[in-house]
Amino acid sequence: MRRRNVLAGLGALFAAGCSKVADSRAGSSILSAAEDWHRKAHRMLAGREALAPEFERDDISPFFRGNGSTDPQNGGYPQHAAEGFANWRLEVRGLVDNPLILSMDNIRRLPQRSQITRHDCVEGWSAIGEWTGPQLSLLLDAAKVREEAKFVVFRCADELSGTPYYESVDMIDAYHPQTIVAHLLNGEPLPVRNGAPLRMRIERQLGYKHAKYLTAIEAVASLDDIGGGAGGYWEDRGYQWYAGV
Amino acid sequence: MKRHRLSTRIWHWLNLVCVVVLFMSGLNISNAHRYLYWGKWGFAPEDAWLAVPRFPGWMTIPDYYSLAQARDWHVLMAWPFALLLLFMWIAMLANRHFWRDLRTRRSEWHPSAIGRDIRAHLRLDFDHGEGKYNFLQKLAYGLVLGAFLPMMVLTGIGISPGMEPAFGWAIDLVGGRQSMRSLHFIFAWAIFGFLVVHVLLVLLSGPVRQMRDMITGGRDEA
Repeated sequence: MRRRNVLAGLGALFAAGCSKVADSRAGSSILSAAEDWHRKAHRMLAGREALAPEFERDDISPFFRGNGSTDPQNGGYPQHAAEGFANWRLEVRGLVDNPLILSMDNIRRLPQRSQITRHDCVEGWSAIGEWTGPQLSLLLDAAKVREEAKFVVFRCADELSGTPYYESVDMIDAYHPQTIVAHLLNGEPLPVRNGAPLRMRIERQLGYKHAKYLTAIEAVASLDDIGGGAGGYWEDRGYQWYAGV
Repeated sequence: MKRHRLSTRIWHWLNLVCVVVLFMSGLNISNAHRYLYWGKWGFAPEDAWLAVPRFPGWMTIPDYYSLAQARDWHVLMAWPFALLLLFMWIAMLANRHFWRDLRTRRSEWHPSAIGRDIRAHLRLDFDHGEGKYNFLQKLAYGLVLGAFLPMMVLTGIGISPGMEPAFGWAIDLVGGRQSMRSLHFIFAWAIFGFLVVHVLLVLLSGPVRQMRDMITGGRDEA
């Protein structure tokens, strides 16, 4: 038992030491640099335009788990849900020459892309589903995004512990062919659990990037003044902005 | 001639730091979803082949549950771990350490020879006979350097969605991402198992000399 206590003591000491390093400025800057090296390595080795694998219908998981917000109760969301999202609007705004306000019908009438992809949660689990919706590039081109825009921010209707959810990607992922604004899951309108009526699909990154309950798409030059400045709800709470690892 | 080359000693100690940080932060990550699956998908306990126990704070980095911080450590230390392993393999092949000391000979695979070696180990007789390492040592070091450690890098890449466009063939080979994730855990514990046996045998075979030689290089008896 004594040896076990020594081991536990050593483990705790080491772990506490690591927390000290992580809290220091140099420590935290090297931790965020490592995230950047992964992003660059992935884009160099796999390619910027490379597609995430798409699966067969047989691979679709029998259930698509929801995580984070699964039934938002804040703001006008319950009312929209009761109306079957008939009055839902998606805005495309920010650094664009031609801002858009789209109804669900507008979105359904655009050219659609369907893809059977796997959703990987940062926690470790995966589910497979078929998503359908217009490519984000279509909306960005229609809105005429300006040169100076470097990121696309996704605004969401849901709140987690009283803070609105949001996410962001760079232009490489925004214009990626598999980045779609999904309104169907397995051929049916999105369940509330999975982000009804609209959610993003950012197929080469982890689940928290795939913003649900989408209300607006915003082209911006910098993420500094948005939310906590880290580029997303979970990023503001310490998670990596590049979620491809 | 030193007993352990400088490249071996540097790699050995730096690799130890990487493995310890990766393992302890990995246990924290494991606490985020304590179920392992085979195949392409898996999200519910009823589909799991294993429910992993929750690891207490003294075993994890940081020493409280934080998926975000544990991932920061894991993602950072993956770099030196993988690059040092690559460096060690290049060094081992260039200085013939692998060919001379770690390669097993056909005669050593004979069941009676293996049996003899196992019995000698059980008697705590670590006389090597000819060559630097006996058969069981070569097998253990060969497995760790050739399989367990590289598999951690490969299965780590295999569960990164950003690498999947380039690495999909390997993921298909093992049956899907959740299989990759299961293998990542299995090899991590295989390395832990090696560490326990390795430390135990060092303690039983003259720990002071063994530690000294792994730091200073020691002198080759042969």
